[in-house]
Amino acid sequence: MTTSRRLLLTGGAGLAAAIALAACGGSSSDEPAVAEDATFADGSTMKKLADAGKITIGTKFDQPLFGQAGPDGTPAGFDVEIGTLIAAALGIEKKSIEWVETVSANREPFIENGKVDLVVATYTINDTRKEVVDFAGPYYVAGQALMVTKDNEDITGEDTLEGKKVASVEGSTPAQYMTDNHPEAELSTFDTYSNCVTALTNGQVDAVTTDNVILAGFVAANKEELKLVGDGATFTEEPYGIGLKKGDDDFRTFVNDTLQAAYDDGSWAKAWEETAGAVLPTPDPPEIDRY
Amino acid sequence: MRSLLLEHDLLWQAFSTTLMLAAVSGAIALVVGTVVAGLRVSPYLPLRTVATLYTEFLRNTPLTIVFFFYVFVTPSMGFTLEYKAAAIIALSSYTSAFVAEAVRSGINSVGVGQAEAARSLGMSFGQNLAIVVLPQAFRTAIPPLINVLIALVKNTSVAGAFSVLELFAMSRRLTNVHSGDVLGILAGVALCYLIICIPLGRLAAGIERKVAFAR
Repeated sequence: MTTSRRLLLTGGAGLAAAIALAACGGSSSDEPAVAEDATFADGSTMKKLADAGKITIGTKFDQPLFGQAGPDGTPAGFDVEIGTLIAAALGIEKKSIEWVETVSANREPFIENGKVDLVVATYTINDTRKEVVDFAGPYYVAGQALMVTKDNEDITGEDTLEGKKVASVEGSTPAQYMTDNHPEAELSTFDTYSNCVTALTNGQVDAVTTDNVILAGFVAANKEELKLVGDGATFTEEPYGIGLKKGDDDFRTFVNDTLQAAYDDGSWAKAWEETAGAVLPTPDPPEIDRY
Repeated sequence: MRSLLLEHDLLWQAFSTTLMLAAVSGAIALVVGTVVAGLRVSPYLPLRTVATLYTEFLRNTPLTIVFFFYVFVTPSMGFTLEYKAAAIIALSSYTSAFVAEAVRSGINSVGVGQAEAARSLGMSFGQNLAIVVLPQAFRTAIPPLINVLIALVKNTSVAGAFSVLELFAMSRRLTNVHSGDVLGILAGVALCYLIICIPLGRLAAGIERKVAFAR
């Protein structure tokens, strides 16, 4: 019997490395300094991740300005920058981060099953969610706003929605806010925000409502037709937090400390300016809630 | 599951919407599909061509795109449909193409001699189809037709993405409010679909036994 020696797939590995390098070269922004001498207590999540040299972070892949996947499949945006900052503090380089797409419905299960180590995905902190996961942050406070067509003068705020048709995404907190607080408005729900915007430009609805940051992305893309009501005035507070496994208090403290350091040394503001800052003014960093 | 019991009003509303979408669209699709199948075997080439184009076009277009057309494209053509009406039209036109194919396969299974005998008795094409061929065709077509209807029940979930509050849209709404119970909610919704679909399957088996005949 003869055995033929198999060629290892060195060619494939080399190709993957080249793609990774090209992806790194593609991003012009200099990455946050990776902590090289970071030491952590034995048995902590930080130690485990730092030793492994890699981390899995869940983020949105379809959220302009926060987490939007490019043609090569790597996401970019403010959430991605925040995730990169935290990874850097663990001594993990940006290219060693594995990004996993999380959508609103799978964020908690992914954290609970350990499929992801962190979730940075325009993830609003609230009490029901705190029953199953823990939150570091907030690292940004968004708020619900309204978007209308440029010629609309009737809608000036959330109190002018009587009998108006308002669109939002089914299963989102803003849609829930509408059913709870504005039953006088007629709510139409779609699966994506782009479909809501189509309904708005078609004249099938009078307004689209969701977080200001999401609407800002659509206005930026179509300034001729769309505008934010009251220059993007918000009427709710949606504190975006970083989701992690419930009960891992050391890790939560570490992430909070990392955020605080990023506030203090200006890297938080820099991350904002490079991403969402293209459309929205740079806010003051929100106070971290160390509950 | 706990949260579904908590929100049983919403669950019932969503369940009945799903059922309504499936029943109404199913009825329309059966009628339209049978007519289209009849046209496909008609002796006039233009009718055959129209029916073939209709079937092939709808059968090979993703349902989401059919929905998108009726919900978002027709308004720019000048008429806006109510969301539920748009959903029913989208579902029934899409499903009718599959019904047409199932019925046509049934028609093809009827021996040529049957149609020839009817024609030799002086029956018109319409009489031939309605009295002789279709009643036999349906017997063969029942299992594939039930398959099509079961697929339709599940396809109604696409309406949830287009502003109709049925089971799928409800599950999305509830998973946001009760985010600790995502798996329970999805399991409950799956159960609701089973409640509709399994009896359909049993019904098919029953009818099949009843109308079975030896060839």
